[in-house]
Amino acid sequence: MARAYTAQRRILTTVAAWIIGFLIFFPILWMVLTSFKTELEAFSTPPKFLFFDWTLENFGVVQERSNYLKFAGNSIILSLGSTLVGLVFAVPAAWAMAFSPGKRTKDLLMWMLSTKMMPPVGALIPIYLIFRNFGLLDSRGGLIVVLFLLNLPIIVWMLFTYFKEIPGEILEASRMDGATLWREIVYVLTPMAVPGIASTLLLNFILAWNEAFWTLNLTTTEAAPLTAFIASYSSPEGLFWAKLSAASTMAVAPILVLGWFSQRQLVRGLTFGAVK
Amino acid sequence: MSGRIVLKGVNKSFGDVTIIPSVDLEIDDGQFVVFVGPSGCGKSTLLRLIAGLEDTTGGRIEIDGVDVSDVPPAKRGLSMVFQSYALYPHMSVRGNIGFGLKMAGAPANVISQKVEKAAATLNLTNYLDRKPRQLSGGQRQRVAIGRAIVREPKAFLFDEPLSNLDAALRVQMRLEIAQLHESLATTMIYVTHDQIEAMTLADKIVVLNAGNIEQAGSPLELYHHPVNLFVAGFIGSPKMNFLATQVRTAGPDGVTVTLPGGRDVRVPVAAGALRPGDKATLGVRPEHLKPTASGELVGDVIVAERLGGETYLYIRSAAEPLFVVQADGDNPTRVHDRVAVGIDPETCHLFDADGRSLPRLQRHPLADTRPATQQAH
Repeated sequence: MARAYTAQRRILTTVAAWIIGFLIFFPILWMVLTSFKTELEAFSTPPKFLFFDWTLENFGVVQERSNYLKFAGNSIILSLGSTLVGLVFAVPAAWAMAFSPGKRTKDLLMWMLSTKMMPPVGALIPIYLIFRNFGLLDSRGGLIVVLFLLNLPIIVWMLFTYFKEIPGEILEASRMDGATLWREIVYVLTPMAVPGIASTLLLNFILAWNEAFWTLNLTTTEAAPLTAFIASYSSPEGLFWAKLSAASTMAVAPILVLGWFSQRQLVRGLTFGAVK
Repeated sequence: MSGRIVLKGVNKSFGDVTIIPSVDLEIDDGQFVVFVGPSGCGKSTLLRLIAGLEDTTGGRIEIDGVDVSDVPPAKRGLSMVFQSYALYPHMSVRGNIGFGLKMAGAPANVISQKVEKAAATLNLTNYLDRKPRQLSGGQRQRVAIGRAIVREPKAFLFDEPLSNLDAALRVQMRLEIAQLHESLATTMIYVTHDQIEAMTLADKIVVLNAGNIEQAGSPLELYHHPVNLFVAGFIGSPKMNFLATQVRTAGPDGVTVTLPGGRDVRVPVAAGALRPGDKATLGVRPEHLKPTASGELVGDVIVAERLGGETYLYIRSAAEPLFVVQADGDNPTRVHDRVAVGIDPETCHLFDADGRSLPRLQRHPLADTRPATQQAH
């Protein structure tokens, strides 16, 4: 009886998981499919799922009309830049919170997280004015700072949780072995935290890549990343679903590939065997 | 390299919680000192204070006459072996053992030479290129010891190093640590809750309770001359039997007490302030009780633990609480048998109403030449 029940249950949960997975994935699938349709077929009712005339025409038009590589280059610079700067600040911060907590560490973490609760638009006017007065509008440097500060609480939180998992005795052993604070972080903590740091890096990279509010509001042409590239296909000439989809697919593709290849690396744990 | 460690009024509090009220202790160069006590007694904290992994709240820690209270752990010249081994998981055995030398800036050829030498001593030569996760528990602990050895420290600190190992391996590693101390002659401070480890390894045992030193002395000093009920009960296995008695006479040649059953025992201890009519606790170890027909204690055997070489008889009588007797391995006594047990007064201990031990008139020939130090509290 019990076995039949669990088998039945397993089938049910598997089916449910597939349905939910498909629902989540469907918009992306539809976007990719639409990017291979002609504008006419993109609008057709009833919608055509797989049986349409596959064409690469949209990608050609998109590349012709706007310089994809320039936008992509900006996206890479902004995402990578803000992630690396974030790491430089977040690793020492998370180290201090995880291994040398004070009375207010918990409060500090909560406060950092609470900054994410404010709607970004609330800070738009002051930041816009600061950017204008310092000549930072449409500059990559300025945007890197904004993106880095935007995601810093999340990086610190993630690293904090990963560092917490590392047994303190290993760090104490390195201290007994004569390692200075800096060498302890470089030779002992960081190598052990590599999977954690890698997934933090990746998540932050994705967040920065997809960030649209600040990148759209603070850039025009020079520093504009792929979010602006997509946005440029959404309004002025009316809706061109196929071309918009093609642009979106091109914008999403690099990050999708990156995530796909790094997923195994992220799951691997390194600490096994050090502490029983 | 010498390693004389002196603690003067060392205390430690975490916020309002006092872990160690005040500890004074002298550890001579080359001595093997074991901190022993029940869990939560502050023995690990005391070790971590010496290591520098915790800051003292007050008092001084001196190594070779130099106050190191504010010196970071790396600069104290001590090595530590942790209970969890605390090996660097991403480094090979070679990297683990050589890490301290690398941090000290030793040249590569010196590091490799010293690592090879330590590995040979510890039977790790064939494992130098393995990662910690590919080693067994005993091998991991050897790597941790190797890591401590190569730095040629002034003293080794061991924090319950054997408690993660199985029983057989624990005995083997205990021997190896004893041999290591023999060959290096370096000061070692060893924390354990296992009194057998303490008895077998130590030159000097420090018994801690609630952050206070109850007694410090050689294993046989603590065994034969425990200063109070706590030490008497903690050292020895199975633990000492305690019988509530009343003082009948107190004279210069000993104190006579009356057992609950009505029989008298004259214990050769200095009476001190003890007066006839006072309550006193008689302490007698299981190995000093012998089943004899004319014995003072009579009761029923409720459990007989047969270890082969010896037999532990757990006896319940009407007058006394449950007590343990160590009998011969081939003692024929069975459960539910009624037995009489004889007390040898020469081996008895007597404690006053406050639990303090009354000094024996004659000191044991193998005990310390000078009486044990005791922490006043």
